[in-house]
Amino acid sequence: MAGLKPTEEQLAYASLLDLGRKIGFIGLVITFIIYLFQLLPSYIPPNELLSYLKLNLHDYLEKTGIQQGWFWITMLRYGDFLTFLPICFLAFVTIFCFLRIIPIFLKKGDKVYAFLSLLQALILLLAASGFLKVGH
Amino acid sequence: MGRRQILAMFAMGLILCIISLAFGGEAQIPTNSSLPWWAWPLILFGFTFVLGIVAVLGGVGGGVLYVPIVGGFFPFNLDFVRGAGLFTALTGALSAGPGLLRRGLADLRLAIPLSVVTSVGAIVGAMIGLALPKNLVNTLLGVTILGIMIIMLRAKKSEFPEVKGPDPIAKALGIGGIYVEPSLGKEIHWTVHRTPIALVLFAIIGILGGMFGLGAGWANVPVLNLLMGVPLKVAVSTSVFLLSITTSAAFIYLNSGAISPMIVIPSIIGIMLGAVVGVKILEVARPKVIRIMVLGLLFLSGLRALLKGLGIWN
Repeated sequence: MAGLKPTEEQLAYASLLDLGRKIGFIGLVITFIIYLFQLLPSYIPPNELLSYLKLNLHDYLEKTGIQQGWFWITMLRYGDFLTFLPICFLAFVTIFCFLRIIPIFLKKGDKVYAFLSLLQALILLLAASGFLKVGH
Repeated sequence: MGRRQILAMFAMGLILCIISLAFGGEAQIPTNSSLPWWAWPLILFGFTFVLGIVAVLGGVGGGVLYVPIVGGFFPFNLDFVRGAGLFTALTGALSAGPGLLRRGLADLRLAIPLSVVTSVGAIVGAMIGLALPKNLVNTLLGVTILGIMIIMLRAKKSEFPEVKGPDPIAKALGIGGIYVEPSLGKEIHWTVHRTPIALVLFAIIGILGGMFGLGAGWANVPVLNLLMGVPLKVAVSTSVFLLSITTSAAFIYLNSGAISPMIVIPSIIGIMLGAVVGVKILEVARPKVIRIMVLGLLFLSGLRALLKGLGIWN
């Protein structure tokens, strides 16, 4: 049961979350400026993008030739795909946080919460893996 | 809300889904826009900035308003709007999370078991949502949003619910805690009950959140507060933290290709800045007026999604 002061794992989670979100947001702003001002070429020119975003996912993927999964990581030379880096990083922050608190739970002998945190991280990693995708 | 009313709402939703499948067709989005390309991220930023303010003042997460309004009134396919909705909910949770955890208001012991089932539900929901025909998704979204509006209209809140004792699961997991309530100047001891039912409900909340790209504060808070007996402040804070678990569904949208930076990034920045301003004007705002406005927006956007799904208002 949590006392008046936040627990060690809660503070550790908060610190890593704080750091992660700051790095992610800075990355988001920098890469969006690069994309918006066309400092790098775009895979889909911004003036054509709107016509693609009206399509459903299936047609969008077919017409743009974009592949699902981690394909974008091979396309970072394009400004639009570069923005995926901080977006993906922000999604990973939660996984880092859950992995961070596992040793703290183990140190306290709290095996149930160590297991639940590991399970949560594995579920998120499965979602991130690219094995689960829909629409094409 | 009585069991009969819930059954009636469910039956009505089912009938509407069948109608949408039979007559709806794929929702059409106007193909011509006279605006230059850069106008859309700018409009989206301005809109989400206002939305961020309204969301804070109205006590709702931005996601529940974001998806039906942007999906209904902007020239983007719902696939991309739902992906963006999940990322706006995620970043909102990441922004508020550290402060709530450090102050001991969001409770990790309470959140972790719930987050496991919510994340599995959200993955399932995202996969269903991306696989279903768009008119059916629009219809279901409309029904869900109108249902949320009714829940918000009728649900009561309890500052300090009475819990006679923890249930066996809560006891085994050691869920509970103490926090200082400044308005009373005393320590509040809390624990939870009905954990098994809550776990089932959180799985369902995860499915709905993943399917429609909605943040789930509207459902998290009543379940935590009214069902499990978590004090309101801890329930609201833990609910915000739980939104970071929408990450699981956000990954499905990302890996499926349903993420566009031109929609996601202006939305994230707009909602975040709007929330900062919203917090500042919270003290002088009239909560009743804001609440009516939020309910009105939910009604309008829910109706729009429903009619779009049924092929009546494209």
